[in-house]
Amino acid sequence: MAMNLIKTKKRIMRAIPAFLNSIIKLAVVLFILFPFYWMIITSFKPYAETILMPPTFWPKTFTLSAYTSIFNEMNLGIYLKNSIIITLAIIALQIPIMVPAAYAFAKYKFPGHKLMFGIVLVAFMIPGQVTFIPVYFLMARLGILNTLLPQILPFGANAFGIFLLRQNFMQIPDEIIEAARLDNASELKIMFRLMLPMSKATMITLAMFSFISHWNSYFWPLVMTQSEKVRPLTIAIEKLKDVELGISWNILMAGNVLLVFPIIIIFMFASKKIVRAFAYKGMK
Amino acid sequence: MKNKGVGKKKSKRNMNLLTPYVMVTPAMCFLIIFTLYPMINLIYLSFFTFKLARPDLKTWVGLLNYKFLLFVKEDFVIALKNTAVYTVAVVFFLILFAVLFAMWLEKDTKLNSFAQRAIFTPHLVAMISCGMIWSWIMDEKGLFNAVLSFFQLPGLRWLNSSATAMISIVIVSVWKSLGYYTLIVISALKSIPTEIFEAAELDNTNGFRKFFKITIPMLSPQLFFLLIVITINSFKVFDTVRTMTGGGPGNSTNVISYYIYHYVFNNNQMGIATSAGVVLMGILMIMTIFYFKAVGKKVYYQ
Repeated sequence: MAMNLIKTKKRIMRAIPAFLNSIIKLAVVLFILFPFYWMIITSFKPYAETILMPPTFWPKTFTLSAYTSIFNEMNLGIYLKNSIIITLAIIALQIPIMVPAAYAFAKYKFPGHKLMFGIVLVAFMIPGQVTFIPVYFLMARLGILNTLLPQILPFGANAFGIFLLRQNFMQIPDEIIEAARLDNASELKIMFRLMLPMSKATMITLAMFSFISHWNSYFWPLVMTQSEKVRPLTIAIEKLKDVELGISWNILMAGNVLLVFPIIIIFMFASKKIVRAFAYKGMK
Repeated sequence: MKNKGVGKKKSKRNMNLLTPYVMVTPAMCFLIIFTLYPMINLIYLSFFTFKLARPDLKTWVGLLNYKFLLFVKEDFVIALKNTAVYTVAVVFFLILFAVLFAMWLEKDTKLNSFAQRAIFTPHLVAMISCGMIWSWIMDEKGLFNAVLSFFQLPGLRWLNSSATAMISIVIVSVWKSLGYYTLIVISALKSIPTEIFEAAELDNTNGFRKFFKITIPMLSPQLFFLLIVITINSFKVFDTVRTMTGGGPGNSTNVISYYIYHYVFNNNQMGIATSAGVVLMGILMIMTIFYFKAVGKKVYYQ
């Protein structure tokens, strides 16, 4: 009896730190996610309540006025359309450019391949903050600054994508390709009918990375666009901040909810995949 | 490298030799037009002075822009220094917290997997959204000051004071990327062979000793790699600075990339902007060489 009691006591003593550990973990998680909660509830408050001291952690008056004023005062449709066109066009452009290049780098040795792969790696590291001035002049000379092209074309060759896809193709045994060649399959067919289906997971990952990074992109559209009709959602939402009379935080937060929403939805459905993909990306 | 089919026609063999070039051509065209050419053109432009609207009316000034940048104007040296301070702070806190969080959340439990995903969320959200949410929290009438006043403490001016503006931006950057780097450290931790820890346990090694004598040395190639990646990313910081402080107050949060932007669109001094761009490019190129050295060396010492 006494032995049993001591055992249970020991078990409880051991369980308490583990329980506390879990509680602290949850608290830290909530703390890290809190800014998003704050964004969402601020967007549902009337303006007067946002600057109330002490602040309310749940809206006293629940209102959609911030959202209605965004939809009424801003031509949200244009920006949303631009963001969608730009991100989808980039992905559509990247695939046919990236796949053959990755295939060549993975399965062929040809004079100059080291130099060319070096260019891919350099492009991987050089950001828009370095290249935007010459690219801007180039677009101006071509007379396409007033179209969406300056936000699409520069991302046609996805250096990181070529790099990752090449790694993937290298793991596919040469024998499979040889067998296909003996069957008189063209290189085009080998690429798109054989290699691509075997790299489906990588392709989905890459499309997702492209979508997220270009949907969130701010610097490039900021420096490449001059008229409202070609601006994406990020620029429009940021413009909500430039108010002379002080910022309406509820409207600004409502704008950010709209911007963040699609990304969060994707993440909720594919969080395990996304987390794994990003961890993998970081290791490479 | 491959059997090029014995007995095939000569034209077919020539086509085979050309095939890889045909396949890389589209990618190469895009990379040359949008990365390589701009890099060279930027260096060329940095020897001139001109206005954004009239790049055709440019005057050759030689190295004068660089002289201005480094020795005459004080703001560029300030921007360089700010970028360095930002980078050191972000690198230090991100690696420290990423290692701590990774060790805390490493085990495969339901709660840990949820926590990993939750702290990763900010990484997917637009940097400008993060900047705006935190500007609101750090506003003088915002949440942070409300909490401080609840504890009878005086409020801080966060983004509006040159003493706290940079640290505020560092907080946002660390918060945003912590989950991402934690994931990377977790996968690195998992690749440490468990036998090493088991051996240490047999020798009754305590936790601290295990951490400093096994975990850290085994992680060191990964940590060096992270150090370079975070440094490169820090040199590109722009969105938060633009949305949260606009480089101010004073020049206290002016960083290189914001400096370039400012000299293009606000000051319209393209000579200064392009030469600052060349300096940024130089720094990134040096970092890139380190990066690939690190990738090459990223093998475990077993």
